[in-house]
Amino acid sequence: MKLLWFHLMPYTDLPDDFTKKHPSVWVDIDSRLFEPAKAHAMYNDFMDELEFAAEIGFDGVCVNEHHQNAYGLMPSPNIIAASLARRTRDAAIVVMGNSLALYNPPMRVAEEFAMLDCISGGRLVAGFPVGTPMDTCFAYGQNPSQLRERYFEAHDLILKSWTTPDTFAWNGRFNKQRYVNPWPRPLQKPHPPIWIPGGGSVETWHWCAEMDYVYAYLSYFGYKLGQATMQGFWDEMERLGKDKNPFRAGFLQFVGVAETHKEALELYREPAEYFYNRCLHVDARYANPAGYSSEATIRARVASQVVAAANKATDAIAYGPPTFEEMVDKGYVIIGSPDEVADKLREVAINMNVGQLMLLLQFGNMNKETAFYNTELFAKRVAPQLKGLFEDKWENLWWPKPLPREERSNPRPVVVR
Amino acid sequence: MSAPGVVESFVKLGGESIRVWEKGAGEALGVFAGLGGLNAWTPFLDELAKRRRVVVPSLPGFPGGGQLHRQLDNLADWVACTLDLLEAAGLDGAELVGHSIGGTLAAEAGAFSRASVKKLTLIAPFGLFDESEPVADVWARRVNEIPALFSAKPAEFAKERLTPPAGLSPEAATEWAIVQNRATEAAARLLWPVGELGLAKRLHRISCPVKLVWGAEDRVVPPSYAKKFASGLAGPTETRIVPGAGHALDFDAPGTAIG
Repeated sequence: MKLLWFHLMPYTDLPDDFTKKHPSVWVDIDSRLFEPAKAHAMYNDFMDELEFAAEIGFDGVCVNEHHQNAYGLMPSPNIIAASLARRTRDAAIVVMGNSLALYNPPMRVAEEFAMLDCISGGRLVAGFPVGTPMDTCFAYGQNPSQLRERYFEAHDLILKSWTTPDTFAWNGRFNKQRYVNPWPRPLQKPHPPIWIPGGGSVETWHWCAEMDYVYAYLSYFGYKLGQATMQGFWDEMERLGKDKNPFRAGFLQFVGVAETHKEALELYREPAEYFYNRCLHVDARYANPAGYSSEATIRARVASQVVAAANKATDAIAYGPPTFEEMVDKGYVIIGSPDEVADKLREVAINMNVGQLMLLLQFGNMNKETAFYNTELFAKRVAPQLKGLFEDKWENLWWPKPLPREERSNPRPVVVR
Repeated sequence: MSAPGVVESFVKLGGESIRVWEKGAGEALGVFAGLGGLNAWTPFLDELAKRRRVVVPSLPGFPGGGQLHRQLDNLADWVACTLDLLEAAGLDGAELVGHSIGGTLAAEAGAFSRASVKKLTLIAPFGLFDESEPVADVWARRVNEIPALFSAKPAEFAKERLTPPAGLSPEAATEWAIVQNRATEAAARLLWPVGELGLAKRLHRISCPVKLVWGAEDRVVPPSYAKKFASGLAGPTETRIVPGAGHALDFDAPGTAIG
């Protein structure tokens, strides 16, 4: 099993009365709440945390893309990934990912991912999300009725550009390019592994099966609700004649480890409450513009992640925020001693049949010291109990294939004179 | 759901069957409905049908308009489709009433093809955007905000336009909701995100007489936009502001004299 350290990079200094005074953490959040000097410290802490996670043995580090929000401060995850490519040695660099329909031309993604793959010596996982409606339709003004059509065309163009040695012309429905010929090209052949972050739509499952991509279910709501979605995913794989290789699937889980359950409850209460109340305070207006979800998805009544979050936000306003105890009970966050957490995660991974487990060990306003503590305890006392799971029976066909270590460049250490 | 005296037929466009309703006698008067489209014949149309042969083709993606909107990627596609629709419905060169997004397409038809319309009535059309008085975002809305945004009679509007008819099975009610959602998507496909498509640069090409009609309580496209339209149009214009009506003028003031 692969254990990946995922950073959302939340703005950690939203005021206590944020949810009362502000309608949304996304799209039209008050820019006067943003303090650049504080963001300087946040970015540097967050990058320290990612680098520490890579150094202490996590299999991969993950970053993602969001716009106009305090939930995640990475409009360009590629900027962070470029730094990680230099400041880490062996960890996979999982960019989860670039919202393809937002790039004009989408070749920008082909180029930047190729740069990251070359700089890192072939450690890139290329994530291709559609993107949330807040990011794509409202912040970036993309047409919800064309978003998926543009996404699929961009995907086809990028893939062709990575796998076609000759310059070609692209006469797409939305993109016209007379000369397509990216320089650089990815180091990994035919291209870096492709992972698709999704929220539970049947079409996305079909597509992942057809293309043989990893489906990564990025849920905010833990393993209890995730179980049903992943069951749907595996039922669909079976129907389509695909094997049950657990490395086809990724899942995201909030985790807080401490010496004892009691200590964990004390330590992670505030950051969890901060995340689930303030960071997920999405105005329902921005949650599901017509056209964002396909009619098949609406018909199947698979509520999108974002709608769930927005409803949560609405509920939170109407009924008071969920308590930390509820978050723990419902499995939004898994907390406890190293043994407790290892037992629970093993159970979760086996029940969901998920081989690429993404862990949020910094969340909400968790400070750097606690994030390091959580990360170190996990790496030293949880991870060893999970290592090797699934690997006796299945090959991870969706993992980067870097150059041998001895062929990879070693960045010159930073010298301050 | 047709009403007494309404003849329903279908024309083929882009492989889709597009509904055309017709009622009344005399010279043809084409009507393009507004946001949401029409699930049923309305008192507003009945009023028009007293004096004219009213012809109501469904717009792409709106109720009765199939999935045709999915083939339309840009303004050129939408205008060509609108001109096709006018011809298929026997409305080429006829007098046309366009409401809201229907007004946008009627105006674009007139701008791109002067001969396609004889006379226009535009009811609160989208198409211009003034930053100092912006057109509302009709998509970023909570469900409970919609009635008062569109209508001066929000409770009645919610009941009659936004609620599935009584007695539908759960499956039929889901389909009803999907058709409504599709209409909202179709509008987004043309007008997202601000409803401005460069019409200001083409208004001067509309040379037929234009009547501009606005609800005084329009909270979607402010009534002051009537002047902005009038000043850009080439032909004779007449403006009427209807008291007590919102953006859904056909619902709020069905007796408004048009044409």
